[in-house]
Amino acid sequence: MPGANRSILAGFGALFALGLAAQSALAAPSGTPVRIGSTLALTGPLAATGLVHKIVGELYVEELNRKNGLLGRPVEWVLKDDQSRPDLARTLYEQLITVDKVDLIMGPYATANILSAMGVAQRYNKVLIHHTFGTPSLAKYDMQFPTGGLAGDPDNTIPKLVFDALAASAKPPKSVAVVTSKFPSVHFISLGAREAAKKRGLREAAFLEWDFGNRDFGPIAARLKDAKPDFVWVGGLGLEGNLLIDAMRKIDYMPPLHFHLFPAPGPLLKAPGGENALAATTFEEHPPFTDNPVAVEFIRLYHERAAKAGLPDTSVENQSAISYSSWQTLEAAVTGAKSIDDKAIAQWLKKNPVDAIVGRLRWDGPFNYIYGTDLYKVKQNQNGKWAVIWPKEFTAPGARLITP
Amino acid sequence: MTTLNSPMALPSLTLLGQSLLSGLFIGALYGLLGLGLSLCWGMLRQINLAHFALAFLGAYLTYQLAGAGMDPLATLAVVVPCFFALGVLMHWVFARFSVSAFNSLLVTFGLTAIIEALIQWIWTADFRRMESAYGEVKFRVGALYVGLPELLTLGMAVALSLLTWVWLRYTYSGKAMRAIAEDAPIAAAFGVNVRGLSLMLSGLSAAFAGVAGLCLALSYTLAPGQIYAWLGVVFAAVMLGGLGNPLGPLVAGIVIGVSEALTMAFTAPAWAPLVSFSLLIVVLLARPERI
Repeated sequence: MPGANRSILAGFGALFALGLAAQSALAAPSGTPVRIGSTLALTGPLAATGLVHKIVGELYVEELNRKNGLLGRPVEWVLKDDQSRPDLARTLYEQLITVDKVDLIMGPYATANILSAMGVAQRYNKVLIHHTFGTPSLAKYDMQFPTGGLAGDPDNTIPKLVFDALAASAKPPKSVAVVTSKFPSVHFISLGAREAAKKRGLREAAFLEWDFGNRDFGPIAARLKDAKPDFVWVGGLGLEGNLLIDAMRKIDYMPPLHFHLFPAPGPLLKAPGGENALAATTFEEHPPFTDNPVAVEFIRLYHERAAKAGLPDTSVENQSAISYSSWQTLEAAVTGAKSIDDKAIAQWLKKNPVDAIVGRLRWDGPFNYIYGTDLYKVKQNQNGKWAVIWPKEFTAPGARLITP
Repeated sequence: MTTLNSPMALPSLTLLGQSLLSGLFIGALYGLLGLGLSLCWGMLRQINLAHFALAFLGAYLTYQLAGAGMDPLATLAVVVPCFFALGVLMHWVFARFSVSAFNSLLVTFGLTAIIEALIQWIWTADFRRMESAYGEVKFRVGALYVGLPELLTLGMAVALSLLTWVWLRYTYSGKAMRAIAEDAPIAAAFGVNVRGLSLMLSGLSAAFAGVAGLCLALSYTLAPGQIYAWLGVVFAAVMLGGLGNPLGPLVAGIVIGVSEALTMAFTAPAWAPLVSFSLLIVVLLARPERI
């Protein structure tokens, strides 16, 4: 019947057209690359974590180009080494914008370098998405967007998170020692922890500060042993927590519970004495984080790339996850704004949250920070693996806070 | 904002004793790191910034060899001769191109950057920790604890400093070396083999850096960027101890280490660098002829 034949043909035609459309949607990106410039600490004291961010950035850009790029255009990442120096970061961002003439910029690693980049971004009205800025009160630029999951008041939110976890445990501590590096971001959060402990009626057994870069933790360990706190808050960055644990072990002392603010996670996991250590995180390799298929795929890719790069620890944790989230944010913003114009991207981000692997990121608070709540959780080193133990809805299956 | 650390009740003897030990051990490491630097600077008039990079290279090599199954102490049998040869080569190049004291600072700074890049290329920037049986051993002396790695560091620092002092003071070649340091042309005129002895001293200094590397690997987690973390305090130990004096960096290092440790034990730990560098300023003002 002619009418039926026409319908069948129309149906096949529609299917054919749909197939063509789908194929073009997945076609390799083409045209002039979207150039994204940034620096990372590829050398210098921050290089160990800088390397993690480099791996994440490379794999994200490769995956973008394997799909449809950004707005159908391939993506080129112009990456320079700021050598862990904020002054060099500033110069390199100027270079990226004025000489390399990149379309967009991404933030570097660590607070001081991000602050430098922020000044340059502000001068040239560039949007700056960044991940590891630890002192939100210093972020006064309207077009900067943090993706690290920290609140605008981490000196309230992180201590609250930790002390809530301890209060809910079988044996909440009665005394606390706060020991901290004077590195700006960890220092001010640790001062918040000191205040929070006082407000909760915990006895302050000790409060000690050391200069970032301190090599000898023996006397600090000896003072902690003398003070005998139930809980030690270690405001340490990188290896400082490990050095303190080593020093405590040498004098046959370990506090019943200890929390490390921003440790180098691999070394803390493997260190003798690191068992049952607590730390802050936004992501770990277990449910419910791995209920997200995007996260699962990222974990797979990261393992491969980290192993190839020779990293002793190839697991995805806080640093790699917030780095990935920053790229997710950039992709979402460019796609949502349908533009690589900085102002358009900034306006889109202020109005739209992004569901990244660390959680829902939003920027509708003062200077794009949310106050009073963040995306952080508390994890514990249990049997050589990190397991989130608080808040309850993010706890690893079967895990609970192990107390002495 | 200045934040006062928690006020201390009268410190316990255990805290005092443990802090003294801690200062002693880290001071010994300062001394060991400073020994080679002091000899090069004081006797060869070469300010070898690359000494720190060599120490870390030695630490990484120790880590690598220990990871392959070698006993960490036994790695010295490989590291020391290799570093001796490296030190000889370095001095040969400096002598060949007549590198002055100031220029040696610049050249060795560049060498430091190259060695750091090499370390990072081979071992990445990530942290490396050598796990060894030595790290698990500690001795109890009353209420005080003494770790074996720290004891080994102290032992090696004392032994090498003393042996070097004995060599310089009592042997013919040592006296000849001191003569070279005082006036090389006159020493040569008296038949001293200036070139040979200088090459040997440079080799020894680099070998000492290799030994310091073993001590670093035994006690610390390694990262390439940490090369620079030791520069300030070891330079202070070298200058306080007197250039070219083999016992000087050890004694000065221990003084600095103990003063830092006691400061950390009784006041704010953050004041520790203030104490060590104030000592340096006072000594340099009082005795500027030390450098």
